[in-house]
Amino acid sequence: MMKKHFRFVTSFFLLSLILLLSACSSQAPQQSSAAAPAPAPAPEKTAPKEITLATTTSTQDSGLLDYLLPIFEKQSGIKVKVVAVGTGQAIKLGEDGNADVLLVHARKSEDEFVSKGFGINAYDVMYNQFYIVGPPEDPAGVKQAKTAKEAFGKISEAKAAFISRGDDSGTDKKEKSIWAEAKIKPADSWYLSSGQGMGETLQMSDEKKAYTLTDEATFLSRKLNLAVMMQGDKSLLNPYGIIQVKSSAKKEEGMKLIEFFTGEEGQKLIGEFGQKEYGKGLFVPDAKKR
Amino acid sequence: MMLTQDVWEVILLSLKVTSTSVLIGMLAGIPIGALLGLYTFPGKRLIVALIYTCMGLPPVLVGVLVYMLLSRYGPLGSLDLLFSAEAMIIAQVVLVTPIMTGLTMAAVHGKERAYWETAKSLGASPLQLMLTIIREARGGIWSGVAAAFGRAISEVGAVMLVGGNIEHHTRVMTTAIILETRTGNFSAGLQLGLVLLAISFLFNSFLMVGMMNQMKTGQR
Repeated sequence: MMKKHFRFVTSFFLLSLILLLSACSSQAPQQSSAAAPAPAPAPEKTAPKEITLATTTSTQDSGLLDYLLPIFEKQSGIKVKVVAVGTGQAIKLGEDGNADVLLVHARKSEDEFVSKGFGINAYDVMYNQFYIVGPPEDPAGVKQAKTAKEAFGKISEAKAAFISRGDDSGTDKKEKSIWAEAKIKPADSWYLSSGQGMGETLQMSDEKKAYTLTDEATFLSRKLNLAVMMQGDKSLLNPYGIIQVKSSAKKEEGMKLIEFFTGEEGQKLIGEFGQKEYGKGLFVPDAKKR
Repeated sequence: MMLTQDVWEVILLSLKVTSTSVLIGMLAGIPIGALLGLYTFPGKRLIVALIYTCMGLPPVLVGVLVYMLLSRYGPLGSLDLLFSAEAMIIAQVVLVTPIMTGLTMAAVHGKERAYWETAKSLGASPLQLMLTIIREARGGIWSGVAAAFGRAISEVGAVMLVGGNIEHHTRVMTTAIILETRTGNFSAGLQLGLVLLAISFLFNSFLMVGMMNQMKTGQR
């Protein structure tokens, strides 16, 4: 009695599910503006000055912002709210007017952001580098490769496990561009896409004994059984840019933050960051107006 | 939303993981709940308190515990289950079993003792007793199933941790929504969320309709 009833319920349930979903799929895809939150209203004059900095997880996870921002806040009296997300979402936040300043690392998307008229006053701030990391025993022989392109080629030949972030972040875009350069379309069972941040992806690589592409800062700040397979190749450089959002209501305060990051003192602080802990700075300052 | 192959895959995996977890949770939780509802024994209060506590277990905590258990460096590392659909099912079973147990127990408690006193005097075995009382308390048990299903399908903390949101392997609806939102794709996230809501609504509607019918036909 119960069993029969259950079967009836499930089949009925699946049937309507199919009906419902087919109804969904026949709709044209809607514009994202419907779901985008409205831009924040301008604050009152009396409120303490506060700006929103949309940045990538790497600047937050490495601790760089925790080191720099208190100094800026003391000097300027401006509070900085940090939203750390993937580069893709950071840029979206800028487009929707939900951030005042962006600090990101995906040059192509940054240039588009400016050329589409969403951003002004774009500067180079600093760079660090990407590593290709993997299990110390190096089953694919990546250590012998001369370039990142060649390294990826070896990984795909050996069908060694590789974990991609697949979250449209700066690191993810970089990884995809290396695969494109190597003319390889990775889409096999050895290539896994985690859709998560750098920290989680490194953790997964450690668990699965897989290779991955990581930014230097996040990698050095974690203790994992993964070894650096390649570094220093030119295609593995990772430049960061800082851009003001054009629709921002707090242009003056935002500009102060940009001046701090690209100014003499900020640059010196960026260069020193991490030297004590890791014996070398995590970021190389190279401020320059674009 | 275009229902591409990928979206289908995500929806189906969600349903597969959730329904498997709820089924296992029912198989374990209903008998235990029925026994607890029927019999009294020393220490029962403590067990009941524990079950009620576990009904509100934070999914993230369950995720961390299962992760540590299945990690390559953990006690069950040799099974190589971390970041698999099985790992997600394990975590969700831990989440839904207490709900099934607790709500079954409450449903059984709420039934007239006269029913099973009568059954007992007619010489029913403990197993027959249990089956009888489960049939009597089915209304409350079905709402337990609904609660368990709702919790499992909408849960994100545990499945993200132990499943890892790997494309074509462990990406389910909730983790896909997080990913879409993180990449600035709000509308896709919202649409997936609405599909999720629709599935929950449908599932609960069926339970309701089924329960109503049962109540009608099953009345003495």
